Amino acid sequence: MTNSQSTPGIVPNRLSGDAYGDNFSDLHPPLNDHEALVAADRCYFCHDAPCMEACPTTIDIPLFIRQIATGTPEAAAKTILNQNILGGMCARVCPTETLCEEVCVRETAEGKPVVIGELQRYATDKAMGAHPFTRAASTGKSVAVVGAGPAGLSAAHRLAMHGHDVVIYDARPKAGGLNEFGIASYKSTNDFAAREVEWLLSIGGITVKLGQALGNGLTLDKLSADHDAVFLGMGLAGVNALGVEGDDKDGVLDAVDFISDLRQASDLSTLPVGRHVVVIGGGMTAVDAAVQAKLLGAEDVALVYRRGRDRMGASKFEQDLAASKGVRIITHASPKAVHGNGAVREVEFAYTADGADGLAETGEVFRLPADQVFKAIGQTLGDGQGLELEGRKISISMTGRTSRAGVWAGGDCASGGDDLTVTAVAEGRDAAEDIHATLMGEG
Amino acid sequence: MKDLLNGTRYGADLHSNFLGIESPNPFWLASAPPTDKEVNVRRAYEAGWGGVVWKTLGEAGPPVVNVSGPRYGAIFGADRRLLGLNNIELITDRPLEVNLEEIARVKRDYPDRALIVSLMVPCEEEPWRKILKEVELTGADGVELNFGCPHGMAERGMGAAVGQVPEYIEMVTGWVKKHSNLPCIVKLTPNISNILMPAQAAMRGGADAVSLINTINSITSVNLDAMSPEPMIDGMGTHGGYCGPAVKPIAMNMVAEIARSQDTKGLPISAIGGVTTWRDAAEFMALGAGNVQVCTAAMTYGFKVVQEMISGLSQWMDEKGYESTSDFIGLAAPKVTDWQHLNLDFVTKAEINQDDCISCGRCFAACEDTSHQAIEMSEDRVFTVKDDECVACNLCVNVCPVEGCITMRQLGVDEIDERTGMKVPADKRTWLEHPNNPSADPNTCIIRGQ
Repeated sequence: MTNSQSTPGIVPNRLSGDAYGDNFSDLHPPLNDHEALVAADRCYFCHDAPCMEACPTTIDIPLFIRQIATGTPEAAAKTILNQNILGGMCARVCPTETLCEEVCVRETAEGKPVVIGELQRYATDKAMGAHPFTRAASTGKSVAVVGAGPAGLSAAHRLAMHGHDVVIYDARPKAGGLNEFGIASYKSTNDFAAREVEWLLSIGGITVKLGQALGNGLTLDKLSADHDAVFLGMGLAGVNALGVEGDDKDGVLDAVDFISDLRQASDLSTLPVGRHVVVIGGGMTAVDAAVQAKLLGAEDVALVYRRGRDRMGASKFEQDLAASKGVRIITHASPKAVHGNGAVREVEFAYTADGADGLAETGEVFRLPADQVFKAIGQTLGDGQGLELEGRKISISMTGRTSRAGVWAGGDCASGGDDLTVTAVAEGRDAAEDIHATLMGEG
Repeated sequence: MKDLLNGTRYGADLHSNFLGIESPNPFWLASAPPTDKEVNVRRAYEAGWGGVVWKTLGEAGPPVVNVSGPRYGAIFGADRRLLGLNNIELITDRPLEVNLEEIARVKRDYPDRALIVSLMVPCEEEPWRKILKEVELTGADGVELNFGCPHGMAERGMGAAVGQVPEYIEMVTGWVKKHSNLPCIVKLTPNISNILMPAQAAMRGGADAVSLINTINSITSVNLDAMSPEPMIDGMGTHGGYCGPAVKPIAMNMVAEIARSQDTKGLPISAIGGVTTWRDAAEFMALGAGNVQVCTAAMTYGFKVVQEMISGLSQWMDEKGYESTSDFIGLAAPKVTDWQHLNLDFVTKAEINQDDCISCGRCFAACEDTSHQAIEMSEDRVFTVKDDECVACNLCVNVCPVEGCITMRQLGVDEIDERTGMKVPADKRTWLEHPNNPSADPNTCIIRGQ
């Protein structure tokens, strides 16, 4: 059956065969050797470099770029991976335009930063063969890690490197967490997330148990009893509801599920997508869902956010990317109701304005046609396991300690930091160092 | 194009008269691979080169044999910009009679361009006499004696083997002047301890001019797999002659030494060594060179590169009000002096323009780690100079990636140098008058109240 972009309803196969491959290829194709050398030459090797400060994992960026420039990308990779074992994925998904590249002095000088993210990918791609780290002698200690996402993998690797035995538990049928299930396909092509997990685990000493989650066969008490320490990195399992009339109609879906289905699909042409798609939210998840809906062949996609563009969680780069792919970004509009007879037909929005008392509706409303609505208005922790919370997340210290002795946490489920892959990696790594120090009697 | 070449598009006259040899501009191609063939010399003239020194001719007989492996090695700057080139090529490997025929034809077709013939024959009078007669028949404007080629030919008693022995230079130059009326330029090798010795020898022999520098003995790289110098010929390497932008400072010093030395002052100089832009040429000429010879820039960018040299030099001359090259040739030579004559009371301090600063911190790293700890870095990466520590070494200026961001401000008379606590005096004091100099003139110190 052949459909087109204007076929009504939620249907697969809206595009011709080749279009899927083109649309979902690498957003930033890898640099070749020559491009990498030219790009590396632009680095000034700053003193106390601002880029390094801006990196949540504090990668020594000037050093790794100099190592690329001098023909030793493998050494560059080790510099990166020392600080960030998921440096390969971070090179692909980091919003570098708001981190290292934003503060690059060449951004100041010429409005064009050194392409740090692309150089990081160049270096880490060279290291995806043999694992560059070796384990210390066994300590005989055992650590449970809940969640095989960026935080859990980072913690597990660091703990394994220090000689501890690690068991990772994850609710999903595959390890990787949001790297595997939650990132736009064009940012992680060729099954990179899974390959990176396999490469990371090849350090040894890490057992992965899938399909197991807290509340689903696991309890924190049992983990604490069976292991010398526990690290929680299970992310945010819950999704915020719209809370408006009609939000249970057919076709109203969680953006994270759409993104996940897309990543796991072996044939993108089989994925159904609406003709008129509305995405509600202003973060990276909203952009990832909106752009991919468009790339799957939706005729029109609107991304609707209740505040102004400057307040969107998605960076300017992400917003521009969405616009360039044909996503219409509507700001200052808040959902009022979902209309339709069984299935969604229209979404009603109220215009909003920033006032003295915060955001307020102006009284004016409008409707957008929709046969598919993706909610991307934030995720929630769910069960806090009786731990002290800060806001709606598990409260942690600088080194990831929770209110319960022997239990550490990091990543999206824990307080503090932006909900970024790179932040999760940093928190997992730092918690692992604290766990190691504690277990070895130095903590 | 015609306008550009004739210099009429700009006000300044680039016309050059060197030893009575006329050329429309002072940019000559040096004796080297670019000038080895008629076809290339014609193309060079068409591109705008004012003159050409034909690649060195040897005596008749079995042609010179070159290696058939790599002849060049190089070093690079950022973005693989070629900074230095070395070569192990010998003099022309084409038959003498072919070169002579081509020279005659080219000179006939380009009478307004300079055509000099570079020569290298064994260190005996007869071969020199013979080849000079043959060159004279071509109508060439002059000869350049290759006493500099540092590889291969030197092992056979020619090139640098002559140039490194002042007595030989004098003797051969004498033969050339004895057997020919052609203007004679002696090309000097830099692979000696004091450039004045060969320059004086050339003068004694009757040379009309010297040209310098020939290439510098060099190994540009080592192949770390084969453990051999490069360029590598079947697993072995030899030193080559080094040239290009990297050698310009060495060449400029040697040109300046000849231009300012009492013994050699006034000896016409054709400057060679890394000339890549109009500015390089202007600098050499300001130091006393009558014209410049170019090779590596042409070998890197092609003959067209001369067009920027022509337009740039012309524009600069217009801006400065110089009507002909002779207006500025040698103007900087008297300013080249010995260290002991520098004014030790001259005080400057580095100043960082905060509007231009991009906060890379390279000035800080350089000053803090390797110099005088005279730059302060604030929490928010603002970099400022500590006048009480700054010795004005200029390292911060040199490592700053933004041109003009860090400058040196000269302290005025009576201003206090915060580093020494001393007032800047109205008069100047050199080492010769300095109280710390045991052999200084005590009267100067007394007059100044020291």
